[in-house]
Amino acid sequence: MAAPISTFVNLRWAFAAGGVVWTALQVYIIQSFGFSWAVALTDGIISSVALGAACWLIDNTLRFYQPSQNSYLNLLIWCGLLAGLCLAISRFALPQIITDAEYYGFVVKSMVIRYFTDFLAIGWMAMISLVWYAQQDHKENEKRKAEAEKLAKEAELFNLRQQLQPHFLFNSLNSINALIGFKPEEARKMVQQLSDFLRGTLKKDDQQLTSLSDELQHLQLYLDIEKVRFGHRLQTEISCDGECGKALLPPLLLQPVVENAIKFGLYDTTGSVTVSIRGEMDDNYLVIIVQNPYDPQTAKPRQGTGFGLSGMKRRLHLIYTRNDLVETFVNDDIFTTIIKIPQV
Amino acid sequence: MRRALLIDDEPLARMVVLEYLQHYKTDIEVIQECGDGFEGMKAIQQHQPDLIFLDVQMPKINGFEMLELLEQPPAVIFTTAFDEYALKAFEAHAIDYLLKPFSKDRFDKAIEKYLAQAGANPQQQQKQTENLLESMAQSPMQHDRIVVKTGTKVKIIPVNDVIFLEADDDYVNIHTAEGAYLKNKTMSFFEKMLDPRQFVRVHRSFIVSIDQITRIDPYEKDSHVAILKSGDRVPVSKTGYVKLKQVLGI
Repeated sequence: MAAPISTFVNLRWAFAAGGVVWTALQVYIIQSFGFSWAVALTDGIISSVALGAACWLIDNTLRFYQPSQNSYLNLLIWCGLLAGLCLAISRFALPQIITDAEYYGFVVKSMVIRYFTDFLAIGWMAMISLVWYAQQDHKENEKRKAEAEKLAKEAELFNLRQQLQPHFLFNSLNSINALIGFKPEEARKMVQQLSDFLRGTLKKDDQQLTSLSDELQHLQLYLDIEKVRFGHRLQTEISCDGECGKALLPPLLLQPVVENAIKFGLYDTTGSVTVSIRGEMDDNYLVIIVQNPYDPQTAKPRQGTGFGLSGMKRRLHLIYTRNDLVETFVNDDIFTTIIKIPQV
Repeated sequence: MRRALLIDDEPLARMVVLEYLQHYKTDIEVIQECGDGFEGMKAIQQHQPDLIFLDVQMPKINGFEMLELLEQPPAVIFTTAFDEYALKAFEAHAIDYLLKPFSKDRFDKAIEKYLAQAGANPQQQQKQTENLLESMAQSPMQHDRIVVKTGTKVKIIPVNDVIFLEADDDYVNIHTAEGAYLKNKTMSFFEKMLDPRQFVRVHRSFIVSIDQITRIDPYEKDSHVAILKSGDRVPVSKTGYVKLKQVLGI
């Protein structure tokens, strides 16, 4: 119910202004029946204040209590009762203040019309409040839902990223440990590469898209480290023409895919392995094709996705709310992953 | 002199072990280095080493799968980067493991422990390895395939291809559409390893894939028989029937 304060202040002013207009109108009408301005003013102010109080009461009640659909009849009865109360005030209080026989007769004659105008005004107020507060509630729910989703999303992205790191990290440290013994220069180089890579991973902001050439540069660090680990067994081919280097994609999107490609490439086969990454533009899409060799005989039945792939699909779904951006297929001994990134 | 084998797919990782082993030149001799589980298995059969240094994650078949295929696994020191599930199993079964990257001191401890135990009780070491594999089967690691040996070849069976398993003396007969394969393991090993939502032990000697069942008929008193898509008939015991009904939700 915490609508911005400014809206509430505005609404209060609108309510007050409506009250003033209503009073003025009533004063004018009563005056036009031939009563003095003083009489008309007294009548107008007292009836309008009573009506205003009734409207305020119904509005305030509805702010904190939303009636269910089958208690709408109760609401109608309440409107009727409040209108009756207003009428009673006009009927009994006014003649006490204005002791004029002609005016008394006028009040008695105008009972029916007074009742129905009050009833309509109160009913109208109730209806507006009902719709307004229902909408406020709805907005509030939407906001909360969006907030919860955003939080979940952030946590999920964080987890997705975390899960990918430890194995790679510890194996790299192990390689460095080995190099220190007999190739200290290379060990030093690998420490540098690993640091650059980790810094790049930590620095990336999920909300900001990155260019393909930046992403590939980061990926290159990763691939260089993997090449040290696996020696000549791992080869990579990266191609991307000038135009698509500028295309945008979510940061670190490709890393799990390439990681997967390396893992399945290296773990399914025992010879040397070429992992290729190709970027192309197709209409308004950046298309990235990742290919790795694969042995259907020994590959674990993957049911279409490894962790890397399903994680990436989930991420693309969260960002673009589309499920059709990733395709995978197997052709002979090559496993291909095609990722399409919409360009705005 | 003990004969050792290094099995790891990363050359640099093998290099560390070789370097650390320099210190034990008079006790341990490295007879071969292997880059994957297939190679490792062949080398083990050929050389019958006393000790192997084994990485878990490797091409083709992983370290555990390789051990499963060996009739008499040698003493094992695992070298692994990170595997929280595996660690518990290692600890429980007192086989040593080295977490990469490991220090020379840590390595020395593992070797000394091995040298102290070695020869003293080879049977016990073998038992330890078997217990380890058994408890690995229960870990929440992915078990989506079964590795078996047919002659000299290794066959990898995706779990989804399995129709049913049948106890056969000390072996388990794994029935698939392509034929049946024997594996030197117990029924309880498979019962633990396979996904209980897909595979049900319907009988002391049978585990069946529920996707394969077309019909369950009563058979004699208290027992049933499951008719499979392949036409095979699998007996279902009284308790097996209860389990089956639970999994099928009927």
